[in-house]
Amino acid sequence: MNRALRQLFLALVLIFLASPIVVVGGVSLNEKKSLYFPPQGFSLNWYVELFTESAWLIPIENSMIIATLSSLAALSIALPLAYFLWRYRVFYARALFMLGIAPFMLPPVITAIGFLTFWATVGLYGQMVATIVSHAIFFVTLPLVTISLGFESIDREIVEAAETMGADSKAVFRTVVFPMVRSYMVSGYAFCFVLSLNEYIVAYMVSGFTVETLPIKIFNALRYGYTPVMAAVTVFFVLLAALIFGLIGRFGDLPRLMGALAPESRNN
Amino acid sequence: MIEDKPKGLRVHLPILYPAVMLVVFFVIPFGIMLAVSFFQREPGGFYTTDFSIDNYANLFTMLFGRVLVFSIFISALCAAICVAVGFPFTYFITRMRRKAQVVWLVILVSVLSLSAVIVAFAWSLLLSQTAGISNLFVWLGLMEKPVSWSPGFWALTAGMCYIAFPYTVLVLYPPLSRLDPHLPEAAQTLGASPVTTFFTVVLGSLRSAIVATLIMVFAFTLGTYLIPQILGRPQHWTLSVLITDEAVYHSNLPLAAAMAVFFMVVSLGLVGLTTLIGKSRGPTTQ
Repeated sequence: MNRALRQLFLALVLIFLASPIVVVGGVSLNEKKSLYFPPQGFSLNWYVELFTESAWLIPIENSMIIATLSSLAALSIALPLAYFLWRYRVFYARALFMLGIAPFMLPPVITAIGFLTFWATVGLYGQMVATIVSHAIFFVTLPLVTISLGFESIDREIVEAAETMGADSKAVFRTVVFPMVRSYMVSGYAFCFVLSLNEYIVAYMVSGFTVETLPIKIFNALRYGYTPVMAAVTVFFVLLAALIFGLIGRFGDLPRLMGALAPESRNN
Repeated sequence: MIEDKPKGLRVHLPILYPAVMLVVFFVIPFGIMLAVSFFQREPGGFYTTDFSIDNYANLFTMLFGRVLVFSIFISALCAAICVAVGFPFTYFITRMRRKAQVVWLVILVSVLSLSAVIVAFAWSLLLSQTAGISNLFVWLGLMEKPVSWSPGFWALTAGMCYIAFPYTVLVLYPPLSRLDPHLPEAAQTLGASPVTTFFTVVLGSLRSAIVATLIMVFAFTLGTYLIPQILGRPQHWTLSVLITDEAVYHSNLPLAAAMAVFFMVVSLGLVGLTTLIGKSRGPTTQ
């Protein structure tokens, strides 16, 4: 393809991806409670309101707690499973792996209804713990896939060498295996954290009326009219995602992770 | 260290906890959902135990049919747009230097991770009267006065494509980066223009990957729930909205469960289809 045409095409895609965010960023700077772009006046008050008003602070706190703990739980499920599957290629470990992938393949509303019926039956409907556990299962795919990739990248000869030198399986795990998969664990955790922070439907179905997360708060607030605070929240989310994925891109192997996370390659 | 057959309980200890978690919190919820889809609704509560196929019989109403047809239509449209734009786009980024690739991937993953609430809000602002792009057109002299384009069919299409596009690139990235770079080179050495090479060699050798991607993106957009509520009008609601509505506003959990089971069968069928296509793929993409 013609070089100039290709650059134009790429620029158009970038404009498509960036323009909603640019407008939101501009709107968040309006001086009065209005939604003009370009903004009228300049003020950072909406950002101040976001981090001082309890109406926004409580959802932020809820979302942070849920994202931190559910990603930790997802990691704790994914690590032993990926380790076991790496050591023993047995069918039931593969079946469990497929089970861990499944929540990501189905339309989220289905999983959400599944969780809703479950927590309603168990009697924990509306509790934060229900949201945490649901998110952990819903996003377990991400650490599972990234950590499995980490295990696959370990040269088996190094492991054999350690064993020849007399290390038992615990020592091998602690000194050889764990340090090599650590960065993949961080990536998996980060993916999980960002997605949990942004997740709406599962959190809403499981305990949306009692535990308000940030996306739920935004959606509820939208019904009563738009304010520049919502634009400020959006900017906050975009910056957080860009920061975390930027760090993964800088220190991790994003092209490889992207390749592995794509559902298409999982089917092979 | 790498053994074929693990023996004894002690060896299985690491897998015990993930197995319990996944079975208790994933398999059992789906089992309960399946059971509830046969139960009766209890006004004021969740459900009463029963066995009837009423919920499935009630599924096939005019409204459900209309929503199903619209969901399929809009998802197919978005999948077609995303793949048509995403394929050349992904091809271009896989040919870039690694550093440039990483930058694009960071942008795409960041957009993909954004909550649908945020995407819908951002697009409704972009298409609004006070802050929207129509102001730009007015400024350029293309329009008389700014107008609002949201909610509406095209606002919905734009919003859905916005979240589906990074996903499309993510799905297309592995097969396109695995594509042997010598293949297009060889075609060009033999005299094909870059455009001809793209359409015959690149597109041709990845035909099944494209079909698989179309289905994956279709299934992905079928799951969107928030965007139709914010960027669309009630006639643009999708199956996901209808299911949530039934579960949360009408508190009819059994009917919602029946819908979800129906939806799951459709989705699993689609996933199965992509797997079949993946298996029958030619050697160039492996």
